[in-house]
Amino acid sequence: MALTADLTAGTAEAEAPARSGLLRYLGRKAAWYLGALLVAVLLNFLLPRLIPGNPVDAIVAGLGRGGVEGSQLHAIHAHYVHEFGLDKPLWQQFLVHLGHLVHGDLGTSFAQSPASVSGLIAQALPWSIALQLPAILIGWLVGNGLGAVAAYRGGWFDRGAFLGSLFTSSMPYYCLAILLLYLLAVAVPVLPPTGGYSFGNSPELSADFVLDALTHYWLPFLSLVLVFVGGQAVGMRSMAVYELGSDYVNYGRGLGLRDRTIVRYIFRNAMLPQVTGLALSIGTLVGGALITEIVFSYPGVGTLLFTAISQNDYPVVAGLTLLIAVAVLVANFCVEIAYGIIDPRIRAASRGER
Amino acid sequence: MTRLTPRFHVAAGIVAAVLLFGLLGPLVFRGHALGAVVGGLYDHPSGSAWLGTDNIGHDVFTNLMYGTRTSLTIGLVAGLFATLIGVVVGTLAGYRGGAVEEALMGVTNVILAIPSIVVLILISIALGTRSTLAMAVVLGVTSWPWTARAVRAQAASVRTREHLDVARLSGAGTFSLICYDVVPYMLSYLCMAFVLQVSSAVLNEAALSMLGLGPSGGVSLGIMLHWALAWESVRTGAWWAFVPPTVLLTLLAFALLMLQSSLDEVFNPRLRRFVRRRRTTVAAPPPAVRKAEAA
Repeated sequence: MALTADLTAGTAEAEAPARSGLLRYLGRKAAWYLGALLVAVLLNFLLPRLIPGNPVDAIVAGLGRGGVEGSQLHAIHAHYVHEFGLDKPLWQQFLVHLGHLVHGDLGTSFAQSPASVSGLIAQALPWSIALQLPAILIGWLVGNGLGAVAAYRGGWFDRGAFLGSLFTSSMPYYCLAILLLYLLAVAVPVLPPTGGYSFGNSPELSADFVLDALTHYWLPFLSLVLVFVGGQAVGMRSMAVYELGSDYVNYGRGLGLRDRTIVRYIFRNAMLPQVTGLALSIGTLVGGALITEIVFSYPGVGTLLFTAISQNDYPVVAGLTLLIAVAVLVANFCVEIAYGIIDPRIRAASRGER
Repeated sequence: MTRLTPRFHVAAGIVAAVLLFGLLGPLVFRGHALGAVVGGLYDHPSGSAWLGTDNIGHDVFTNLMYGTRTSLTIGLVAGLFATLIGVVVGTLAGYRGGAVEEALMGVTNVILAIPSIVVLILISIALGTRSTLAMAVVLGVTSWPWTARAVRAQAASVRTREHLDVARLSGAGTFSLICYDVVPYMLSYLCMAFVLQVSSAVLNEAALSMLGLGPSGGVSLGIMLHWALAWESVRTGAWWAFVPPTVLLTLLAFALLMLQSSLDEVFNPRLRRFVRRRRTTVAAPPPAVRKAEAA
């Protein structure tokens, strides 16, 4: 009932105002997300500078404890004081920082000194994406199927699938990773326990390396995909159960529609939030499995972040947190834009005519 | 009266057991002091060290009790903080509307858009040394926005109800309106939000600890896992170092989520399975019948 009312409201809108409405909606959203991005960049810039004393001093002192030689320390100190422009006022530093970011320059790593942060990230990022993207997609498909069937079938199948999914999805993903690692690589050693490839092998495009990487891939992949399946199944099931009891389903039954037809309607309605969920989890591609990678010593972003934190390698940490934030913001922005284009109700709501 | 499902009792039982273990455990089992060296590197479980020793020879069972206590403290304090801020911001925005709402929700949405793990990492690094309480506050302060958003929606719908007009006519001020006429109508939701906030705070603390940003100087479930991973207990087969904290974290997270979902079923009858029985009837029974079925 609500649906038909909204549909007529949508078609009643004249063409031209609808277009300008869409543009205004896009503009508003773009402004919001630019604002959020600015806040993220600002936090990234400001917070490490709140470390008592000079961040460069603190970090260089840390390096000194770590056994870096004196002459090297002086060179690093001078370099970073210059790079941060610490003699300038804060707002000027921020502008310089922004300028660097625009050129894709995230600075130089403290711990691995000549290496640039963007270079280090570029090395790690493909591993994280190759690990996460298939896990998200496969987990999404399997999970939604399972949840829908569970809601429709009911009974013991539903109870079992629901509790199982609730368990794997509520289980912290790193706990599942640790247990799987112990069970499948240590207790029953069928899969290799560490890294993205064997020690002594180096990343290259050869059959040997790809096979080797694949055997190392299974364990982290499995630990991620199980969690995704669980989460999606729980979400889909509760959506479908909710839809099963709604008015249009009862009405359809009253009309004598076949079960198959009703199920199709239910799934189309229940799918919408699930599609959003998929898009949003693609935004967490970079930062979603940090600890899985640490558990398996997988050469991705998570392991890079872990070593950077333990070495006080501040530019690498800042580069990674910025990247994680940007990925999430971009994904959210895309979802909102897609929604604005697909669904006239959202545009109307943003203009305050409901 | 609504009936509580067995799921609720199981979940509440597990949560209560973990709470008792963390809060009373250290008072009951006083075999070893926290931080006392009782053995070597990863000694097997024995009569004196029930769960073996960790990488520096500390008793794992003692660590586990104190770690559970730290994790629970952080979870509860952070959950309280997050729910409180969320309620204040959400009710103000939803009840007042207008410019107040625009401003508060603008801030909320911006914070919501930035992934909390990023903020957590940055703040933890900026803090340098982190006490248990500081971590709890940081976790609470970064996780309130979604509660605020949900509470705003609820408050906005409560605002249009008739009993508020009555209260306004009888001369109640804004503060008393919010306290006595708006918030009580959202209590069931707040209850669930608090449970979720506690569980997410416990898990976030563990995640931060495993990244190397846990509470300094103390022991928490996450810190135990951090040590276990850093000292390769998993790959050397020292299961007693990592299985207990893993199991406790999992149990706690699972039980809290089950608690939340069974509370949801109590408060939100549409999610209950009796809906399915209704399928065989052609039309929905009148509300009175539905209530009888639910009772």
